[in-house]
Formats: sequence, structure tokens, C-alpha cells
Amino acid sequence: MRVGIVGYGGYVPRLRMSRKAVAQANAWFAPQHLGRAKGTRSLANWDEDSITMAVAASRDCLGADRDRAAIRSVILVSSTLPFAERLNAGVVCAALRLDETVPASDMTGAQTAALAGLSQALAQAQVTAGEVLLSAADIRRTRAASSSELDYGDGAAALLIGSRDVIAEHIGEAVHTADFVDHFRMEGENIDYHWEERWVRDEGIAKLVPKVIAQALSDAKLTPDQVDSFIFPSIFSKMDAQVAKHSGIRPEAVVGNLAELVGDTGVAHGLLMLAGVLETAKPGQVILIAQFGSGARASVFRVTDAIARFKPKTGVAGWLGRGVEESSYTRFLAYKGQLDLERGMRGEQDKKTALTTAYRHRRAILGLVAGRCTVTGQVHFPPSRLSYTQGAPALDTQEPYPLAERRGAVLSWSAESLSYHPAPPNHYGQVDFDGGGRILMEFTDVAPGDVDTGTRMEMVFRIKDRDEQRGFKRYFWKATPVRAAAGSSE
Amino acid sequence: MAAGIKDKVAILGMGCSKFGERWDSSPEDLMVEAYNEAMRDAGIAPQQLDAAWFSTHMDDVGTGRGGTPMSIALRLPNIGVTRVENFCAGGSEAVRAAVYGVASGACDIALALGVEKLKDTGYGGLPVATVGTYIPQWYPNAVAPANFAQLAAAYQAKHRVDPQLLKRAIAHVSVKSHANGAKNPKAHLRKEITEEQCLKAPMIARPLGLFDCCGVSDGAAAVIVTRPEIARGLGKQDLITFKALQVAVSNGWEMQSNEWDGSYVHTTRIAAKKAYAEAGITRPRETVSMTEVHDCFSITELVTMEDLFLSAEGEAVRDVMDGVFDADGEVPCQIDGGLKCFGHPIGASGIRMLYEIYLQLLGRAGERQLPNPRVGLTHNLGGQPSQNVCSVSIVGRLGA
Repeated sequence: MRVGIVGYGGYVPRLRMSRKAVAQANAWFAPQHLGRAKGTRSLANWDEDSITMAVAASRDCLGADRDRAAIRSVILVSSTLPFAERLNAGVVCAALRLDETVPASDMTGAQTAALAGLSQALAQAQVTAGEVLLSAADIRRTRAASSSELDYGDGAAALLIGSRDVIAEHIGEAVHTADFVDHFRMEGENIDYHWEERWVRDEGIAKLVPKVIAQALSDAKLTPDQVDSFIFPSIFSKMDAQVAKHSGIRPEAVVGNLAELVGDTGVAHGLLMLAGVLETAKPGQVILIAQFGSGARASVFRVTDAIARFKPKTGVAGWLGRGVEESSYTRFLAYKGQLDLERGMRGEQDKKTALTTAYRHRRAILGLVAGRCTVTGQVHFPPSRLSYTQGAPALDTQEPYPLAERRGAVLSWSAESLSYHPAPPNHYGQVDFDGGGRILMEFTDVAPGDVDTGTRMEMVFRIKDRDEQRGFKRYFWKATPVRAAAGSSE
Repeated sequence: MAAGIKDKVAILGMGCSKFGERWDSSPEDLMVEAYNEAMRDAGIAPQQLDAAWFSTHMDDVGTGRGGTPMSIALRLPNIGVTRVENFCAGGSEAVRAAVYGVASGACDIALALGVEKLKDTGYGGLPVATVGTYIPQWYPNAVAPANFAQLAAAYQAKHRVDPQLLKRAIAHVSVKSHANGAKNPKAHLRKEITEEQCLKAPMIARPLGLFDCCGVSDGAAAVIVTRPEIARGLGKQDLITFKALQVAVSNGWEMQSNEWDGSYVHTTRIAAKKAYAEAGITRPRETVSMTEVHDCFSITELVTMEDLFLSAEGEAVRDVMDGVFDADGEVPCQIDGGLKCFGHPIGASGIRMLYEIYLQLLGRAGERQLPNPRVGLTHNLGGQPSQNVCSVSIVGRLGA
């Protein structure tokens, strides 16, 4: 069997910004958006970025139990990598507790970058015995009152590429590289600059995308009418249907682009749609994914019988069902770093990170790895040489004990409004883990009323603090209520 | 068990500055204010001091590190001055050091002084603290109100207390302390409040509202100690002696294991048991005339009544509501207003607690004087419920 997809996952942040709220807030300035302001776009919480969302999507793909030792390479793709110098994928590896011998690389560039990453992942999987984890995430900033503000969303997706138990076999691929600049963002800039839509549609997408679609299908020895699912993310209305028609793909094959609830998640969006398609795919189904950006790329997959044996932990449908609508436009701007809120003097605290300390304790901090005493079974976070066993501390008995995939319950908590917090009130409390272990930790994705003693919690990897003075972020794990679909607690 | 400290050391003199927002005063001024009163009370000259211990917590606002700030402020005669710092329990630690120094015979007369200048930060509440390089990388951006509010969450869950009843009980704690503080000329907050005001106050850290939190104050307090025979030789008649000085410090068990249920303070129970044993007290509720406890938050005081074995477990809500700890109750608590209203200049608070008991035992407490108190207890807690330093001290009339 050829290589292909062996696992998939997605991630859509919980907050869904009401487009109507955005358009109404800006109506004095940009009334033209009022007519098209329907549905929601996803909004990353203040403590999320492309790294944390990629971790979330990867964990959605890998679940709690999969053997992560099989992963032999990690590729992180984003046009919004937090660090220009520091391996962003290295943070993902540490959060996933992958072996430090696993190579990791960052990829960026145009909107086709995730498909470029896919191409590399497939090539690597051809020559290695293990699996390649490909994760893509984007959290793009937009200008207030722009159409991008309404069109874009935040999100991530992950694919596991390999050659064993392939659920979607890779059967064709095509690339067209052209310096067609529909939009750009220079180094150091935050916001995309777009050229005229009509030119991009007619001279760019309509000409270049059908070309790669035809070549990819030819490579797969298929005809366009054999495509069951056609994925083509675009912020332009009905562009996907137009490309399908032009390429000879059946209109019913066009996959919905999640614009109604999520918006366009940039580099991640093709893979996010693909993860969504795979959740309900049937054996034999042909999936064609194409993306446009500095040219175009297309890849073709055929779903195998193994599809029934894989389920992501939450899945795109699950994330879609968990959203809560956000109607505060100033919250949106604040989370995007575009509103200078008064923080008070307590907000002036220096958040400098001692990198020596961070490295020394990287497994505890980034991997949430506790120490479990081999004698008593007692779990220690952070791990220590001496155990806390009352009256009989044991020396050097602790072995690594990961807590990230374990759930727990709130022992005690509070929500405080005294200090500066980006999403007040600041909820935190003691979480007792199933199987042992206790951490006093911050809660995230919570609103007043979401948490009480006994509330079941699960772990998410998030930004702990921003050091704005030096331009650094530090990451740690936070607790969030275990949620079923539709936002209800477990 | 060790022989203990009972009746080996007496208080020669005490002093306490006015607590409050002392915009006019530097930490040095506050130290001089407390020191002068203590020295006058002791009736000694600076040359008679053999050693001094200095408690201050925040060195980034206030006095700075080491022993020099106090030695310079008080122009001490080049004696040893040692800074001690143990969170909010530092004041009691300075006393313990001075008492032990005197009891050992290494010195005859020793001074312990605590000071804190908190109102030079520019904002309300405690200064934002730094805690090394590792803890900030995983530990929550925590503040004291939310740390102690968690006692309420866990206590309420464990004892199945109706949240409204618990809220009313902790309001009663604050209403009582405000009534007491109103009668204390040195107190920071001197206005009486009503239960309704408490219940309607802005939320600080759920379920604690504004009036559930103690004052953040500037202030200093000082004590001069010596052995009883020296005190008598200096003409002192009614001697107040130390009966017990105990400190218990968390070792991470509450914070890390799953065994502590969050509804009480583990170290307080340990320190209290040891202190009662050291003082020879078997029935604390009958023997202890009054307490000055670490009521940094109203819920802390309520839970502390159980941890000091003055209320049975799960019954502090009822005892508080019944007025057991009110000024006219069975075991008055915070007759000076407590941290809540006298104020909480961190490094000074443990000595301030001792100061009130000293005044009460000598019948010098003026309008708030209790009838014939014989034994007083101070409870000085630093840190937070899940990880802390707890000091319990018992003092009384010599022979009591």
C-alpha cells in the first residue's frame, strides 16, 4: 500500500465571534459590511496562538492512547508562527512529549503551505518506517472594519501520515508555482494586504487551480467526475463551486467551507475541511484538496476500509458543536492585541522567563509530566527528588508520569477580579487528577458559572504569560471543563 | 518533647504605631514610633539591648533587605540585628528569635520589631510578589484573596453549608471586627459596618467581597523581652510571660498530594496542638481568654476557629453566628479589630497581635478592655491555605 493519512484531527477555538456584532460596531465607518454579516467566525482565546492550536489539533488526532513513539517527524505549518527564531514545532513536540530524537521543522509562506507540508510529510513517510505528524494552524490579525475581519477565523488541523493502517491513500498530486501575489504580509507586519478580488478570481484562481486539479487527477488516473469530495477553501463567495464547474467536478462534491461558523483559518483551512470530510468518509471515496497561494497545489486521496477504525478525540464536528457565541467586539479586538485596555498597575508585573529554568524543567512545564513514586504510587507535581510521603519521604523514587491526557476534578477554586487578567475574572483552583496528582492551576475557556467544586476538568496547552517587554511567550497547561457538544459540561 | 518556653521569658515593653495609610510616614518613621513606645514602656536605655530581630516582608517596597534598615532607623548601638522573613508570619518569627535568644542566656534583653510600608506601591491590595524563576512558569497568577477564597469553596463543599449561610457567617466575622476596630484609636479602619453592606459589597474573589478582605496598611510594632528575674530587677510587677511559641510550615503535602481536602489549614492544627501542649492547656475553649488570629480574610478567621480547636469541626459557622467570638462572647477574637480593621502591615502583624494581648492582660486596653483576661493566643499565618507558615503563640500572666 502507498502512504497516506493514518490519522486526523482538528481544532476550532470555543469562542465564535458574531459577525453581526462586528459589523454593527463598525457600521458608522463601514456600513457596507452590515448586509453580509451573518453567522460567526472562530476567535482564539487570549491564551491561544498557532502553537497551542496546533497542539490541540495534534492531540485531537492522537487521542490519549495512541503510541506516540511511532511519530518520527513533526512538521508545523503556519503563516502566523509565534517565533521567527526558535523552533515552533519544537514546542509542539515537547507538549506532545515526543522523543527528543524526533526531527521537527517549521514551514510557512503562502496559503498553499499546508499542502507543501503534506507533500513533504508524504515523501518522508515513504522513506521512514514511522509516522509524520503534520499540523497546521493560523491566527491572523486583521484591520478593524475590514472584510478580512469577518472572513477569517482561527483554527488548526493535524494529519498523521504513514504507511500502516492508511485510512486515505495518497494517489495524486500537482503543483504550480507562480509569483501571483493576491495578498502579502512582509516580515514584521501583522496584517495581510490584498489586491483586487476580481483579478484574483479571474486571472489567478480560475486559471491556476483548475490546472493543478487536472494534473493531480491525471496523476491519480482519475477523471473529474470521480471526485466525491472537493475541498477548496476560499474567502471568495462561490469560488469553490466555480472552480469545480470549470474543472468538471460534480457540484455536489463541493465541500462546505465552514464559512458560516468558523471563517477561513488560513493555512490550516484546507486540512481542517479535510479532517471534517474524513469524519464521515466511506471506503472508496475520492477526496481532492486544492489550495491557492503563490500558485496552486492539489492532492488526491482515496479512502480505505481502515477509515472506520479511526476516530479523532473530539473531531471537527465536535469542536463545531462546542462553540459559544461572543458578541463583544472589544473583546475580539483585545484578544487580537488591537485594543490597549487599561490594565492597572498590577498589569505592570515583569513576566521575564529564566530560560535556564525553563529548559531544566521542560518536561514538567511543556509536557505536564509529574513524578510518580514507584513505592507508594503517589503523584508529585512538580516532580522532586524527595517524595511528600508524610513522615517517610522517599529519595529518588519518582518516575515520569504524564498528566496531560488525564482528567480531574476541581477540589477548590475561586474567580478573582483584583489583578490584571486578559479574561477576567481569573479562574483558578486545585485540580485533583484521576489516578493521583494535584495541581493548583489556571482555568481557561471559562465564564462565571462554568466551574464549581467537583467540576470535571481536562488539560489544554496554552500561553501562560506574555513578556511584552522582551517579546516572549511562555506556555503551560490549564484546566478547562470537560465539555460535551453544545457547550454543556460533562 | 522539649521542655518548652513556658514562663521563661517575659515581656518588658511593647509599642505599636498607628496603622493605616500613613502617607506622611516613612518605614523609618514607623519603626521609631513603635520603638519609642516600647522603650518607654520597658524603661531601659538603648545600651541595655543585647540583640535585635527585624521583620519585614516586601523588600522591593518599604525598607530594603538585611538588618541595616532597622539599625540605622533606630540608631541602635551596633548590636546584632537580624532580618527575618517568613511571609505574613514574619513578625511572630522575630519574636520567637528574640525570646529564644533571651531564654538561652545568650542575651539578657532583646528587641523584636516588625514594619511594613505597603502604601508606596500606587495601588490597593498587596504588592505583586516575585517567587523565583520556576514557580511563575507553572503556578497560577495567584492573588491572596483567591487563594483564601478557595477555603470557602472547599469548606462549603465538605460541610455542605448553604452558600448564603456561609456568606452571612463570614459577614458576621467582618461586622464584629469593624465594631471592635471602631473602638481602637490605632486601628486603620474605624467605621462600623452592617451585614447588609458586607453582602452587597463588590466581589473581589468569589465568594469574598470587599469587606471580607483585611486592610492593607502601613505600620510597625515592637516588643522587648527579657527573663522574668531581670524584669523584676528592672521594677516590673505584673509580668506577662510566653507560654508557648510554635511554628509549623507546609512541606508540600497539602499542595501536591490528594489527601488534604482544602477545607482547613493543616499547619494551624499542628502548631495549635503543639502550642497547647507547650503551654499545658488541655481545654482551649475554657482556658484561652482571647485570641488575635490571622483574619486576612473573613473565611480564614472562621476556619481558624476550628483549626485552633475553639470550635468543633464543621461548627464554626454556628459558633460565629451565635456570637461566641464577638467582644462579649465566650472567646473574644480580634478585640482590637484584627488584621481586618487594625490593619495588616505584613512584617508587623504578628507583633501587633501580641501587643493587643499584652495591653488586655495588663488592663490597658481602654474602651475595648475585656474583663479579666488571663491567657491570650496569637495565630499568625503566612502564605496561603495550601502552602504556608503558621505561628501560634500563647502568652499570659506569670503563673496563669
